Amino acid sequence: MKQLVVISGKGGTGKTTMTASLAALAKGEMVVADCDVDAPDLHLLLKPQVRETFDFYGLEVASIDPEKCTKCGKCEEACRFCAISDFAVDPAACEGCRVCTVVCPSEAVAMTDRISGHAFVSDTRFGTMVHAELFPGEEASGKLVTMVRELAAQVAEREGRDLVIIDGSPGIGCPVIASITGTDLALVMTEPSISGAHDLERILAVVEHFGVEALVAVNKHDLNPDMTERIGELCRDLGFDLAGKLPFDPGVVGAMVQRKTLVEVEGPVGDAIRDLWDKIRARL
Amino acid sequence: MMISVASGKGGTGKTLVATNLAASIGSVELLDCDVEEPNSYLFFPDLEERESSDCNVPIPVIDEDRCTRCGRCSEFCAYHALAVFPKEVLLFPELCHGCGGCDLVCPEGAVSMGTRAIGKIHRARSGGVRLLWGELFIGEPMATPLIRAVKAEARGDLLLVDSPPGTACPVIEAVRGSDFCLLVTEPTPFGLYDLSIAVQVVTRMEIPCGVVVNRSGIGDRGVYDYCEREGIPILLEIPMKREIAELTSRGVLFSKVMVEWQEKFVHLLERIEEAAK
Repeated sequence: MKQLVVISGKGGTGKTTMTASLAALAKGEMVVADCDVDAPDLHLLLKPQVRETFDFYGLEVASIDPEKCTKCGKCEEACRFCAISDFAVDPAACEGCRVCTVVCPSEAVAMTDRISGHAFVSDTRFGTMVHAELFPGEEASGKLVTMVRELAAQVAEREGRDLVIIDGSPGIGCPVIASITGTDLALVMTEPSISGAHDLERILAVVEHFGVEALVAVNKHDLNPDMTERIGELCRDLGFDLAGKLPFDPGVVGAMVQRKTLVEVEGPVGDAIRDLWDKIRARL
Repeated sequence: MMISVASGKGGTGKTLVATNLAASIGSVELLDCDVEEPNSYLFFPDLEERESSDCNVPIPVIDEDRCTRCGRCSEFCAYHALAVFPKEVLLFPELCHGCGGCDLVCPEGAVSMGTRAIGKIHRARSGGVRLLWGELFIGEPMATPLIRAVKAEARGDLLLVDSPPGTACPVIEAVRGSDFCLLVTEPTPFGLYDLSIAVQVVTRMEIPCGVVVNRSGIGDRGVYDYCEREGIPILLEIPMKREIAELTSRGVLFSKVMVEWQEKFVHLLERIEEAAK
């Protein structure tokens, strides 16, 4: 089984639209996984019918029993995450380390599991989709990404699919690292802007750091041809293949509004994605 | 006053709004807390007094002579950052949250806390705008300590925080303590869905919020209907214009070229100050 992940340093460069279109092209052969768990949008295009729901347990959270608490303040002093003040725990700041339970002389602090989100296995018109929701403001998004990827791999095995397509999140931190490690190929999206080029350089360094193969695609390449040229040079210098250039097309937003992928509507971007898909298949 | 600029969805124009707002106000401290991909500084080519320092986080140091390999530290570690083998203790620094629990539970006093750098804090000035930004090192998963460190250096009366995308812990850290949160979105189904999650986050944090609709004119009416229904004010609309996109793609603050926008951004600040009361 092969795993393809679609990522980008910069947000809003077209990861989700690309993932949905690739899922459409690989219809019936793949399982698709939305690992952008704190801003998941793939479901808006793929309209999944949920088949199974799983609870996601994130980090444990501390709580203080006011009956037992003697207000000595030792927990507040020991907490490195500033999660305790006025002898109460701020669950949003608590990272579940349990140090407070050790320093408390009166056993007033207890740890509890917290459900930080859900993961789903669903049916879509292109095949099975695994996705998740992280409750707003929760921690451990990397852990939820790992859960989604494990579920997707299990489902793919069970259904005899030999490809998992993963929609990643922007950035270079924990959820991104959790979505790319151990994949066979990363498709790195960018756009021809100073921010796009800057962020691409950083995400390519991350990809290299974790030993993942990658192809690059520039979205809306004709908005700034000079910058696209610079991105091409950057890719050459770093030894990555600039495999796709997608033209700017106002029809892209129209497709999104109709909840369609770009290969389900007529247009130049759909054609560019089909070409890119051939290159991806060849690499996989 | 601290104003944070956030959005659930990436690429909606947080940095566009934060940088143009900062430059139009003229006297402000801009904190770029999107430490995974900090871009704000790219829009200020005339940076002066630029300097940097490391952002350090606590990390255990094991005294192998004192250590008896009892395994309490690795048992206690909630992040699986320590593994105890018969001949040595292995530390996985990227997994460590620096809580100091291993130090506390070690019966031999073999653990002490040292530090390690996870990124850089940069400081610079461009006219009246003081810029602070974090830069997370490649391969480091945890952005929150660096965001915390950037915010700890703020000292101005008016602070603008450029947040990372998403709705998870780095966003919470960036937005925490702000008097107002400006949510930048685009009028599309993706923009609407991610805006609605971001609104839940700031509402839970009891931070008043307002919306900037970027690229208005594209998409559908969903964002407008939602804001009306939820009673969230739309404080500014920036139209989809090729000129704005091209200037921004070259790293130019569009309000410096389309100067009528400076007034609009100053007016945006006034509306925020009113709404935050």
